[in-house]
Amino acid sequence: MALVLNEDEVMMRDMAQSFFAEKAPVKALRELRDTNDETGFDRALWANMAEMGFAGIVVPEEHGGVDMGYLAAGLVAEQMGRNLTASPFLSTAILAATALKYGSDEQKSEWLPKIASGETIIALALDEGVKHNPRGTATTAEPSGNGFKLNGSKAMVVDGHVADKMIVVARTSGEEGDAEGLSLFLVDPKSDGVSTERTIMVDSRNAARIDFDDVEVDGDALLGTLDGGMEVLDAVLTAGRGIAAAELLGAGAQAFEDTVAYIKERKQFGEIIGSFQALQHRSSHLYSEVEIARSAVIGALTALDEGDENAALYCAMAKAKLGSVAKLASQEGVQMHGGVGMTDEYDIGLFMKRIRVLQELMGDAHYHMNEFAEANQY
Amino acid sequence: MTDLQTFRTEARAWLEDNCPPEMREPMKGDKDACWGGRNFTFQSEAQKVWLERMVAQGWTVPTWPKEYGGAGLSRQEEIVLLQEMKRINARNPLSSFGIWMLGPALLKFGTEEQKLEHLPPIARGEIRWCQGYSEPGAGSDLASLKTKAEDKGDHYIVNGQKVWTSYADQADWIFCLVRTDNTGKKHHGISFVLFDMASEGVEARPIKLISGRSPFCETFLTDVKVLKKNLVGEEHKGWSIAKYLLTHEREMIGNQEGVTRPLHEIAAGSLGLTDGKLADPMLRAKVAEAEIDEWAFNLTMKRKLAEAKAGASLGADSSMLKYYGTELNKRKFELMMDATGHEGLEWESERSNDGKMARSWLRTKGNSIEGGTSEVQLNIISKHILQLPGA
Repeated sequence: MALVLNEDEVMMRDMAQSFFAEKAPVKALRELRDTNDETGFDRALWANMAEMGFAGIVVPEEHGGVDMGYLAAGLVAEQMGRNLTASPFLSTAILAATALKYGSDEQKSEWLPKIASGETIIALALDEGVKHNPRGTATTAEPSGNGFKLNGSKAMVVDGHVADKMIVVARTSGEEGDAEGLSLFLVDPKSDGVSTERTIMVDSRNAARIDFDDVEVDGDALLGTLDGGMEVLDAVLTAGRGIAAAELLGAGAQAFEDTVAYIKERKQFGEIIGSFQALQHRSSHLYSEVEIARSAVIGALTALDEGDENAALYCAMAKAKLGSVAKLASQEGVQMHGGVGMTDEYDIGLFMKRIRVLQELMGDAHYHMNEFAEANQY
Repeated sequence: MTDLQTFRTEARAWLEDNCPPEMREPMKGDKDACWGGRNFTFQSEAQKVWLERMVAQGWTVPTWPKEYGGAGLSRQEEIVLLQEMKRINARNPLSSFGIWMLGPALLKFGTEEQKLEHLPPIARGEIRWCQGYSEPGAGSDLASLKTKAEDKGDHYIVNGQKVWTSYADQADWIFCLVRTDNTGKKHHGISFVLFDMASEGVEARPIKLISGRSPFCETFLTDVKVLKKNLVGEEHKGWSIAKYLLTHEREMIGNQEGVTRPLHEIAAGSLGLTDGKLADPMLRAKVAEAEIDEWAFNLTMKRKLAEAKAGASLGADSSMLKYYGTELNKRKFELMMDATGHEGLEWESERSNDGKMARSWLRTKGNSIEGGTSEVQLNIISKHILQLPGA
């Protein structure tokens, strides 16, 4: 396994670095927030990202994508993390695109090109309770006419407030807690019986609570096999966790670097506070953690691209590690900034908020530590 | 087939034919390690044969040039060789500070004469080396060392005291830091010299540690004569060699494979499972966390070495690896002690293999002290990587 970026990957990273720093820096997020933007991200930016190939980064070339793989996608996500860039990259370019790769030929031809071109936003409607728990899915889809009828409630549907289409996870057999018996459906949010409430989250990004009340879909809305949705969902969540870990790496590393820069400037007791060993040792510890975390992200995404049989486990492990490390970086960051760390004016608080959301999405560190132990039979 | 694949095939076949079955069993204790040297007694015929065969291949020091006892392998070939050895659980044929520490320094800073004199006996396991760095008054502040070397023309006369000299009582030669000038700054005036431990005026006394073992000594040096041909590098400029060597030592300590069995297996074997889960749920979470950290740390080791290979220097990152690796190892042993409970506390019994668990646990406490404490490593990161003022 190559853990060092090759030339193409370095080029990708550098391109993403200058793109996001220029087009979507932290102040762009502030503007979206302060103007109560109704989309919550900049559609022109998303179109621009699609032109750059970012929207179709894991979409096969035959469907209009650039098919560069998940490590490349992670390099893009990392830069988005550094800039707190708001976009439907995770929901659409990663989760939905990965799911649709498991669709029928008709579904692939219809939706993948629209993802790659940036014209369609697709949200994954999975979680229901207060914590991530795919097996706990209670939303049901019952046979009805030549299709299905959906009932239930979803929460934390990222970009669900503006989605053109949703991928809804519903139970078609079995009971809550079963891995078997789940199915995925492509659902139009404008269908009768769908009600959507936009939820603005602590990081000024958007999700939605969505209720399904006798929502009728056709038989061809089924994505993947009936009752076999977990296989697709595993692939989708593996990719999502790996990419969320990459975004956490970017956000955590930037929070850390901003903090080091701050303690090199701030003076107290007549001295630069970065000269105090109490802060130096905490900074050096954080440096170590961020480096260890970076390896986890590169290792997991490389394994995913190489089709390693343990890739799902590695992506989950990376998500666990990054959740913890990025959180530590933001918490230490606010503390070392002192009073100004509590102000809205400084960016460090915004990093803390985004990291809090990202570490929760698709399973926090506790969730994945538990899954890791289960996978190792202890 | 690529050259590397051919090499793998050949190495695999050779190891299959030449590694004695006894040398494929896990080591039972420290005494199973082969350190070589004038005073070493082989534990078994298999141990002796295994060393001789590996020496003949040049595989005790695979990447060293052939004229110095190595096989001239590339870094990639060395990795393949180690993988193939691991595949059959082959033991390391020779543990040696000469290989891990002095060798790389001599290859970089030694004269041709010094290399030819000292490297082949290291490769063959004939001469065992120890390190004379720390002194009673120079631990973390190593550069304040005082052991004095007086210039007597063609030789020095050395007086002083060293401490934490690993296995000095069993070593044949020592690489030693001495002060040849004390008029300037403390980093200036240090010289790097080599001498025979059998020289007149050298006395090594073992220090008993909390583990009950005595791997370290205090070493007294009284009017020891050291010929000038045994000065490595320039006089007064030994600090740069010392630092280079410490970097190697840190990588080695950080990279120690502490336990071969996964932590969770030890814990499950000791505590048992309830409904398929480790019986202690609090410990279970900590074990999972430590194992995830270990995975990420091992990847970091590989990544940093691969980056170094691609042309970048490891530099101060060796401090990061040493810091993280040793702290993680201590954490793991604390968890193992938690998991093994009353049994892990046994100190003298056959069942406990003479308190192997407890003694190993105590030994790990030194990991974050030797080769520069964790605090010193954090200082180095602050200064050289983060470039914080006054670090």
